[in-house]
Amino acid sequence: MKSSLLEALTKIVGQQWVRHRRAELATYAMDGLPTHESVPGLVVMPGTPREVREIVRLLHLIQVPFVARGAGTGLSGGALADPDAVLITLTRMNQILRIDPIQRRAVVQPGVVNARLSEAVLPLGLQYVPDPSSQAACTVGGNVAENAGGPHCLKYGVTTNHIVSLEVVLPDGSVTRLGSTQGEAWGPDLVGLFVGSEGMFGIATEITVRLERVPESVRTMLADFATVRAASESVSSIIAAGIVPAALEMMDRACVAAVEASIYAAGYPTDAAAVLLVELDGQADAVEAEAITVHDILVDRGARQVRSASTAGDRARLWQGRKKAFGAMGRIAPDLAVQDAVVPRSTLPAIMDQIEGIRRQYGLTISNVFHAGDGNLHPNISFDRRDPDVAARVRSACREIMAACVAVGGSITGEHGVGSDKIDYMPWIFDAETLGAMRAVRRVFDPTELANPGKVVPVHACREWCAVKSARTPTLRSGQA
Amino acid sequence: MVCSEERPHPHASLGAGMSDAIYTRLRALLGTTGVDRDVNGVPRATPESGDALSLVCRLAHEEGWKIRVEGRGTWLPSDAPADLAVSTRALEQIVSVSPADLVATVQSGTPLEALRRRLADYGMWLAVDPPGRPERSIGSVVATATAGPLRHGYGPVRDHVLGCTVATGDGRLVNAGGRVVKNVAGYDLTKLQVGGFGGFGIIAEVHLRLRALPRADVTLLARGTRDALTSAARELVSGHLLPGALELLSPALAAEADWMLAARFVGTDAAVQADVRRLGSLGELKWEPLPAERTAAFWSVAARGSLGGPITLRLGVLGDGVDEAIDLLAHDLDEGLVSAGAGLGMIRWTGDAPLERLRALRRAAATREIPMTLERAPWPIRRALGHFGAYREGVGQIVGRLRDTFDPGQCLSVALEGVE
Repeated sequence: MKSSLLEALTKIVGQQWVRHRRAELATYAMDGLPTHESVPGLVVMPGTPREVREIVRLLHLIQVPFVARGAGTGLSGGALADPDAVLITLTRMNQILRIDPIQRRAVVQPGVVNARLSEAVLPLGLQYVPDPSSQAACTVGGNVAENAGGPHCLKYGVTTNHIVSLEVVLPDGSVTRLGSTQGEAWGPDLVGLFVGSEGMFGIATEITVRLERVPESVRTMLADFATVRAASESVSSIIAAGIVPAALEMMDRACVAAVEASIYAAGYPTDAAAVLLVELDGQADAVEAEAITVHDILVDRGARQVRSASTAGDRARLWQGRKKAFGAMGRIAPDLAVQDAVVPRSTLPAIMDQIEGIRRQYGLTISNVFHAGDGNLHPNISFDRRDPDVAARVRSACREIMAACVAVGGSITGEHGVGSDKIDYMPWIFDAETLGAMRAVRRVFDPTELANPGKVVPVHACREWCAVKSARTPTLRSGQA
Repeated sequence: MVCSEERPHPHASLGAGMSDAIYTRLRALLGTTGVDRDVNGVPRATPESGDALSLVCRLAHEEGWKIRVEGRGTWLPSDAPADLAVSTRALEQIVSVSPADLVATVQSGTPLEALRRRLADYGMWLAVDPPGRPERSIGSVVATATAGPLRHGYGPVRDHVLGCTVATGDGRLVNAGGRVVKNVAGYDLTKLQVGGFGGFGIIAEVHLRLRALPRADVTLLARGTRDALTSAARELVSGHLLPGALELLSPALAAEADWMLAARFVGTDAAVQADVRRLGSLGELKWEPLPAERTAAFWSVAARGSLGGPITLRLGVLGDGVDEAIDLLAHDLDEGLVSAGAGLGMIRWTGDAPLERLRALRRAAATREIPMTLERAPWPIRRALGHFGAYREGVGQIVGRLRDTFDPGQCLSVALEGVE
């Protein structure tokens, strides 16, 4: 990119917070998804909201596209920038600004690591609920962009249910505050609109989150089944009984095998077709009584064994295999394509059969670990992307799995976002009119489409299709390296 | 009441002839059963499908007609000036209920009570208890985001809406969200429609998140001074109690001499029993269980109380700000019909007041960082005050551009913001 841009950015943040050498930039060529790669033109690391404003204002002035990035743990290729774009990394902005235990609110900068926030509020008897598997590394800002989920979202909702207010730098560099600490908006629900917009509406520089009380009592139960169908039916029965577990997670045989062969071995039975984790929380008496009901349902539906834990240590052991499943699967092959789709829960057994069929057809290794309670699947394919034949088969299999999920009324993503990875699937679930409306809303926030360009909405599929080229004037645009 | 000057409507002078022409065009589009006239003779379209709804909007957009958005006419008065009214009352099909997935798809004009009954047949429940009459349409509840006491345990209206189909002001049919409980595909356009008061389009259909019908549903009442009840409520919330609702009702709303605190516990028998036991052991309030057969009637009467005056507004506060906000209401308006979430906040006031008082209240609330939303009022008040106001810097421009996007011809007669 043009050296004048490098100079201007250096002036804003200081030399040590701009990366421009090829080897440095290569670090940012991928996020958590190994199937997409793109080297950004420059990387800049602001340390304050003011620096973010100045950077965005500058980029808007010279009409250079930019991509905001947190820890880069995303799984949809959403935080990748093209060589003509500047990557704005927000991990330096990692301050927890305020914690209000009475109102149960915390105000954080976007670069705060998810798990760190929960650790900080735990001594106050509070927790920040959304807990994506990457929580030890991912940032709250990234969670806001992707509307991240996690195992405990079944009962408590995803990121959007826990964000009450945002300070946002819009793509023209202006600043606005959306929502209110109270959770009631000053007008339409722009916080709800902004969360999950994948960095295309602006950059959140200050995030006010809702905290929940740590439940008085928690019980974790682990059951194993001879068939996936029996495990799925247990899930439906538990929910039909009026019980809303804090989490309801399932792992299939391949996933259990990977976990048990790794250092994360949790003592899960390797001969089981499915292992189900059920977590109940609430008042001690209620949890006790509901645990008996759940136990009966599990046994009634054919659980071979049910283990139960209520102390923190014992529960952590039962959770260990689930929490480390992705790490364990990572050992099987150099690369892991983590997929994310949602189906109506009633179709779980049928869709699992279909995924197994696709696995056999393409001769791949697929391990399934998923949020069974809300039908959010993660079929994960272990492979080596250096082998072009395998990589092609992985792409085809992913596509077929996604098509199967959409065919039963599901969605192409439950918590990872669309990014670059799933942009081609968007017309499968949204018609041209709706995609056109999405693009129009994006242009409300970002008329010249500078923020994270080329993601989420396939412009060619919009009703009012027009050239992607916006009003950018080439003479002002900085040249490419 | 003083109201600001209305801009003369382009077709106002054309009178009955214009109205007849619109009536005829609508009949040609929807057939004879799809059009009638309201009490003032304004043509009223009652489309039966999302497609028909979008055709009406498209026609109005092409002709430059103003549309009054109506549900079943039980919440907002049908008084916005317009060339035609579009009512969702014929969109009353419960399209599908999927108990195994805890999802229902419902046309927007469906009366809440009809939906409640049908869901109960399946052992299902929608944990939303808005103010107003039982026959209020689900579309009205979603469009105005009017949550009731169950907001305490089950969240605001937005948490119950998985997706919706909306006809924009220029007749595009947009499908936001989906029918699965977890979904981050594309921008979350549903959030804009929930509480958008119809300013971003007319909702044709909603996908709702359901729960299993609770096995137990117990309400207990305590009476006392407001201070005593609000401080007791704060104690309860910090004592690991998990009520579905913890609502403070003013004497006028409760039709009692004192303030009333109503705690509703909903869920499995075990959970409800555990909470009720603990409630008795916490604090000094005397709790009186409501007989099971009176529970539904009690909450229904409380919900209807919000129709006891021409104006209803809500103040967004947190639990410990409830007292101060009610003081503010009492100072600027009157104590009147007040219902407040005593645990997590949110206050609803119903009564009558002149415009200047309401403006003063919004200003006073804004200085205390309390958003005030006008939920329901006669048109002159809505027009002058707006459903929303006191926007933060930059928000007004975003909202304005969003309205241009969803209603480029400014056909929808909805007063999101007031005129000074």
